Amino acid sequence: MSVGIVGYGAYIPKYRIRVEDIARVWGHDAGSIKSGLGVLEKSVPSLDEDTATLAVEAARNALKRAKDVKPSEIGAVYVGSESHPYAVKPTAATVAEALGIVPDTTAADLEFACKAATAGIQACMGLVKGGYIKYGMSIGADTAQSAPGDALEYTASAGAAAYIIGSENLVAEIEGTFSYTQDVPDFWRREGAPYPRHGGRFTGEPAYFEHVVKASKGLMERLGTNVSDYNYVVFHMPNGKFPLRAAKILGFTIEQVRIGLVVEKIGNTYSGSSLLGLAAVLDVAKSGERILLTSYGSGAGSDSFSIIVRDLIEERRNLAPSVKYYVERKEYIDYALYARSKCLYRG
Amino acid sequence: MSHIAPPAHWRRAKERYRLLGSKCENCGSTFFPPTKVCPKCRRKGRIVQTEFSGKGKIYSYTIIHSAPKMFEKYTPYILALVELEEGPKVMSQIVDCKPEEVKIGMAVEVCFRKLFEQDGEGIISYGFKFRPADNSWKSLQ
Amino acid sequence: MHCMREASVYTEVDMMYKKRDVAIISAAATKCGEQWDKGLKDLAWEAGVKAVEEAGISGKDIEYLVVGNMSGGMFVGQEHIGALVADFLGLNPIPSLRVEGACASGGIAFFQGYMAVASGLYDIVAVGGVEKMTDVEQEHATTALSGAMDFEWEAYFGATFPGIYALMARRYMYEYGLKKETLAKVAVKNHYHGSMNSLAHFMNRISLEEALSAPMVAEPLGKYDCCPISDGAALVILAPLEIARKYTDTPIIVKSSVMASDTLSLLKRRDICTLDATVNAAEKAFRLAHIERSQVNLIEVHDCFTIAEVLAIEDLGFAKKGEGWKVCDEGQTYVGGNLPVNTDGGLKASGHPVGATGVKQIVEIVKQLRGEVERGRQVNNAEIGLAHNVGGSGATAVVTILARR
Repeated sequence: MSVGIVGYGAYIPKYRIRVEDIARVWGHDAGSIKSGLGVLEKSVPSLDEDTATLAVEAARNALKRAKDVKPSEIGAVYVGSESHPYAVKPTAATVAEALGIVPDTTAADLEFACKAATAGIQACMGLVKGGYIKYGMSIGADTAQSAPGDALEYTASAGAAAYIIGSENLVAEIEGTFSYTQDVPDFWRREGAPYPRHGGRFTGEPAYFEHVVKASKGLMERLGTNVSDYNYVVFHMPNGKFPLRAAKILGFTIEQVRIGLVVEKIGNTYSGSSLLGLAAVLDVAKSGERILLTSYGSGAGSDSFSIIVRDLIEERRNLAPSVKYYVERKEYIDYALYARSKCLYRG
Repeated sequence: MSHIAPPAHWRRAKERYRLLGSKCENCGSTFFPPTKVCPKCRRKGRIVQTEFSGKGKIYSYTIIHSAPKMFEKYTPYILALVELEEGPKVMSQIVDCKPEEVKIGMAVEVCFRKLFEQDGEGIISYGFKFRPADNSWKSLQ
Repeated sequence: MHCMREASVYTEVDMMYKKRDVAIISAAATKCGEQWDKGLKDLAWEAGVKAVEEAGISGKDIEYLVVGNMSGGMFVGQEHIGALVADFLGLNPIPSLRVEGACASGGIAFFQGYMAVASGLYDIVAVGGVEKMTDVEQEHATTALSGAMDFEWEAYFGATFPGIYALMARRYMYEYGLKKETLAKVAVKNHYHGSMNSLAHFMNRISLEEALSAPMVAEPLGKYDCCPISDGAALVILAPLEIARKYTDTPIIVKSSVMASDTLSLLKRRDICTLDATVNAAEKAFRLAHIERSQVNLIEVHDCFTIAEVLAIEDLGFAKKGEGWKVCDEGQTYVGGNLPVNTDGGLKASGHPVGATGVKQIVEIVKQLRGEVERGRQVNNAEIGLAHNVGGSGATAVVTILARR
């Protein structure tokens, strides 16, 4: 039995703030930040948007593409996020209710920094393959927090991507997955703390690169594939530079990375990041093409997937808005409005 | 609304999350808010739940500048009467739209947003709002 | 003119309770406004004492008391208003009823008192209205008032009261070409009338420019399009017409008092530019009174917002649908004009102590018909007046027609 993606959906809030507008407030040099991070602007949620609302929008788009799937046939809903609106009360139940998936379903919120939703996809794959459910849905969504003036403020953004996993009517098959996890304190947020803290450059070598590279290699070794077998590669995108360097270490070309690199104009959507990159690839990929997806979550771990696109993608991708649409649908706000929305939407 | 206990929020949540109304299977009329009796067919009517498409047009609108505490942080916001394509009207906020852009007759589509939060520790209420309909994505694929 | 039901449906039933004609033998109101030194009981007492003294009766003569009060519970933490007011007026142990219909509570109280006398059940009936609104923060007052609309499908989605009327105004502008200037003229006129009313909440005149440049509340309605939050009370005493002259030389005859209802929420209305409850109540009130619109010398309408005055003029039948704004625009609604409207300043300037308003309007008509109001706002030789009280966005309307003869 093959297992894979039956539907996928993206969502990015409409508002953007430019790096220049943030840098001006803190007296930073916008030029060096932009070239250093490879990010020009980032998405900002409206005051009335949070992880649950983003997740619902993305999930509705996924359902549109999985047009044969009835909500009642979805047996599992997972929402991966590090900004769940409640500390206790599941975002996943709200999403399931809003999509009419309730009540015969399991649901849970997952947290593993920016990679919880890929763990959710793995859980769905297992449940589908084990015959426990017909379809499962995993959504990565975040309205990422960052302390004012912190380097994170230039990238921490908002977005969501949802995937329906099943074994029939696949738009893409997942031919294998491999994970790599260790306890690494590169980035964290304690209970009750408003903003995360991080280890600066320590988030690089022992954290992001160690896990992204090892998980990707591990997957390719298991499947007996190599970099030239992949038309596209998508990594988690904390900024515009890390994924390019990971690609270089692994031997991928810029061309393989380019389509899925959606960080430059929306920032780091955290749990949505690598999955929005994958959605951008699915928006254009042709039947038979192969994609390597490797997420990364601080703390730290990576889930790597090898995905082969199927014929059905052609008719299904046009049933919901593309990532490109959401990236280009935007309105700029200044730092004052940004501050208002950030301070207040966190209540 | 801080005095409203959870059951009052929960009771109508499905309808607010999914824009559910009611429909009379006898005459085909649709209703929002959901009704228990078809005013036309009365006892002959058969009322069932129905999910609206979420497409509609602005019938009238206002920009709220002065709002109750629960909604204060969102001011100024657009409040509208939206005429659904199925016929009934709903009262809802229009988002992702500048106050100067809204007008009567404008096509809108449903979205899912926070309606209000009780306070830092209370319940968050979610439900439908509307945004300007945008079909440009169809040509952007 | 649209009417939800056939006219003939009502007549027979309505006439059944009316065994005799009813008159108002006294009428009094407190000043409206922020009355820091007076609580709900003080306000009720003040209006009650004034009315009883005017009628020259003893409290012992009063057989039944009806009090309009919208939200004692939310405004002052006090329910059980019927017995409370009876107690404070020294009327125990007579039956005392508090009625509620949002901002139409006072009008409904009058309607109830009228029925009690008309039916022959009681002779001397006191009808009061009282609201103490400034003992809570404005935000709580707003919340209490929003209880008059549909909680689950309007207030829950961020609707406010000015917002609801703004939706009506915007649609009306779209349908009929009303301009903001005309709404501002309504406020200017009401402040002008109010400036001559010593009981008014606001006695200041405003200019058109001031009205137009005021901060927005719910576009297109600005600060001067909205009535204030006021404390106040009013009380009238009713008696059968046949004995009314025992108490006063100038009894005012209640020609009719009619109440009608409609959907609470705007969503379900046939037309948001029409208050069908007003249309239905007015149609019936004129029919029962055997009076033509052209005979009416002045009207008190429920101008909780300026647009409401425009709609009322149409829905009461004094202008065609879509043309009420012209009556306002041309200044016909001033004292001295063809159709003097809100000669006390209306809700806008004289104030809107919600539960008292419907009774306060009756008091104004009574004083006008007796020729007792301040010079400058007295309608000359006024014979017939009409009071129009609305609850919420039009779910309740009460229309009362009064005459000197």
